[in-house]
Amino acid sequence: MNSPYQHQGSGQKIQKQLLTDWYRHLEQAPERGEKVAYLFISGNIGELLQACGFHLVYPEVNALQCGIKKVAGPNILAAEDIGYSGDVCGYVKNDIGLMLSGNRMPHGTTLPKPDLLVCNYAGCATYLRWFEALAEFYGAEMVVIDVPYLRGTEGPTAEEVRYVERQLRELVAVCERVAGREFDPAAYRQAIDRTVRSEDLWVQILESARHRPSPIDAYFEAVFFMAPIYTMRGTQGCLDYYQAVAKEVEERIQAGMGPVAEEKVRIVMEGPPAWPHFRKFWEMFKKWGAVTVASTYSKVGGIWDLGFRHDPDRPFESMAEYMLGCYTNRNWAMRSQLIRGYLEDYGADALVIHSVKSCRSFSVGQADLREQFIREFEVPTLFIESDLADPRYFAEAQMKNRIDAFFEALEHRRLTAGV
Amino acid sequence: MNRLERLIDEARREVEDNTFAAVRAWKEEEPGRACVGFFPVYVPAELIWAAGALPVAVWGGGDRIEVEMADARVQSFICSISRSTLELGLLGHLDFLDGMLFGSLCDVARNLSGVWARNFPDTFVDYLHYPQNLRSEAARGYYREDLERLGAALGGITGRTPGAAELAAAIDLYEEQRALLRRLAAVRTEEPWRLGLEEQQVLVRAAGRRDPRRHNEVLREVLELLPEREVRHKDGVRVVLEGSFCEQPALELLRTLDQAHCFVVASDLARGLCWFKEPLRRSDDPWSDLVEAYFVHAEGSVVRHFSPSERTERLLARVRDSRADGVFFCTAKFCEPAFYDFVLHKRALDAAGIPYLAVEFEEKMSSFESIRTQAETFAESILFFADEEATA
Ligand code: SF4
Ligand code: SF4
Repeated sequence: MNSPYQHQGSGQKIQKQLLTDWYRHLEQAPERGEKVAYLFISGNIGELLQACGFHLVYPEVNALQCGIKKVAGPNILAAEDIGYSGDVCGYVKNDIGLMLSGNRMPHGTTLPKPDLLVCNYAGCATYLRWFEALAEFYGAEMVVIDVPYLRGTEGPTAEEVRYVERQLRELVAVCERVAGREFDPAAYRQAIDRTVRSEDLWVQILESARHRPSPIDAYFEAVFFMAPIYTMRGTQGCLDYYQAVAKEVEERIQAGMGPVAEEKVRIVMEGPPAWPHFRKFWEMFKKWGAVTVASTYSKVGGIWDLGFRHDPDRPFESMAEYMLGCYTNRNWAMRSQLIRGYLEDYGADALVIHSVKSCRSFSVGQADLREQFIREFEVPTLFIESDLADPRYFAEAQMKNRIDAFFEALEHRRLTAGV
Repeated sequence: MNRLERLIDEARREVEDNTFAAVRAWKEEEPGRACVGFFPVYVPAELIWAAGALPVAVWGGGDRIEVEMADARVQSFICSISRSTLELGLLGHLDFLDGMLFGSLCDVARNLSGVWARNFPDTFVDYLHYPQNLRSEAARGYYREDLERLGAALGGITGRTPGAAELAAAIDLYEEQRALLRRLAAVRTEEPWRLGLEEQQVLVRAAGRRDPRRHNEVLREVLELLPEREVRHKDGVRVVLEGSFCEQPALELLRTLDQAHCFVVASDLARGLCWFKEPLRRSDDPWSDLVEAYFVHAEGSVVRHFSPSERTERLLARVRDSRADGVFFCTAKFCEPAFYDFVLHKRALDAAGIPYLAVEFEEKMSSFESIRTQAETFAESILFFADEEATA
């Protein structure tokens, strides 16, 4: 049967192709004598490393994929077997477990070893510990880009930007040495130029959730929409992807179509998803007609909806600004302000906090945030706990009960308030 | 109780007092005195002192506190020091503090700074960023500027912005203290039976909340009295204790180790108060001396990025230098940084054939029997293998 819609699903198709090509190139890199850099998502500097000739591996993305494909559990156990505690980040353990079993991803790709570990230390101290371990296990060189945590609520200071920018410039020399080729400033600039265009489209997609009904789920769908802008920003493929998704979203708006049959509750989500039980987790919200209209997790790699854009005329400086501004590098006053803004701007009815045990960077302070939103701002707030990698921490029945009770109460409140 | 025991006992009572009565009394002794608290692991105490305030290590409530209010603000899977410290604040036990400082040494400490700022809106709360890219030529300059910024901010609350002269004098004072603490540690290395681990540690912890001028006197006196102490040589094994750089084990746990004849001859206990293993190199620029303290003199620890091999080599060197027979990993429950470090250290120890034992502790722990048994078994196995080797 022919779909009455022209654009639905086209983004997904492109993304699939992009990822297939990406992994194929990556896998073949060693044969071609090309170098591989590992780096993190938050505040990543993909454009810069690609302009130095590196193929990129994002261990967090591998962990996420292993989570969804349900192989994170065994990987985590393998890491625990060599001494990792039950209480450390599951992403790290997944990666170590993956390495121990030969780095074969669930989709079949064998990941090449790192020639350079670029620890873009933005927002998470575990990043340092993670790459220190990889440096030890692979015997690979590690560099840190030190990104100071933000103070105050005004965003980064000029000194902070200068400090990070200096380090990025220093990094170029390291990359040239390891990659054995010169950095290509023109390619870097060009990539940044494409980045900016992708960023505009990405913001347009995120902001479509202001519509009623929202055409997208800004959490359960956005976490897939965000993949290209976090991993292959600056490439033509990434730009093509966002053009396709923007059309898809536009079409949904025209048709009054959204992620659930009938939008009943609009929520803002804070915290990462439960990857190992993703579908189940989403269903628990869908059944109440709950649609996420804004989320913080879709901003882990960078925040553009507050106005920031990379700048091809200031490629290093704007990269530094970008790194400093990513979500978990913001202090709690800023995070809370951002969430409050989302609740208002997107006309949300409630806040849902999903606190994951793995990630202290996200979680420490979330319980306090709940206190603040309930008591100070009087926003209905649901607090649930599980994990983003470790399937053992998902207590399905308990989670479901809490979610049901919350939405029931919300519904009741609305009925009695007559809204 | 003789003089030596009285001095130690007094320190013990002060460090066990969650109401900080002695610190409050100190503050009231003279008008204009100020106190600035700091969460572990490290904050340059001399900067606080130079700004005219007493640096107060606020390092949890130990086993003498029920975490209730903080429960609603920090989840149960986070280390207990973060929870009990917050509880101390919410109980009003820290209301004498004029400010509270946090550093970027782990995400828990970092995020706690925001929780603190929200829950205590009238307190001055600041945050110091410790550079982790030690190769960068920009790192020292950045850190220095941050120290100067913090100095000025502290000056804002005390009315005394530290200049070079004040800072140099404060560094002198704390250098003296660190030298005394190192001498105390050396007693443990040489003759662990002369000074209990618990006794040593109450004197270290007291350094985190006493007027340094007074505490230096006490330390000097203790060091004078120690050689005269009547003691008996005890047999046991010598271990390096690793992993307690932030949250501190209960004093009872430390006593248990001595009783199990598992003698800690070097440790990273209370790392932030004694992070430098030698005197700082001094120049005519005290700001730069503080910078170098962190960049050059900081002993290997997971709270600062080192190349993994360097950190491990330093642990092996600590084992060698203290002539230890093994390593005792003593890690706070839920302390992620320590857990990551453990795996790398363990590999190196396995390769070097150095025995180790790993235990976890919590502030609230009340029974130490299991740790005692493990420590005894560990000690016995080391002695047994040593005998075997000797007879082989
Ligand atoms: S602690 Fe959080 S941000 Fe850091 S690596 Fe783990 S999941 Fe990622
Ligand atoms: S005990 Fe460990 S996890 Fe907790 S604050 Fe200290 S260093 Fe961080």
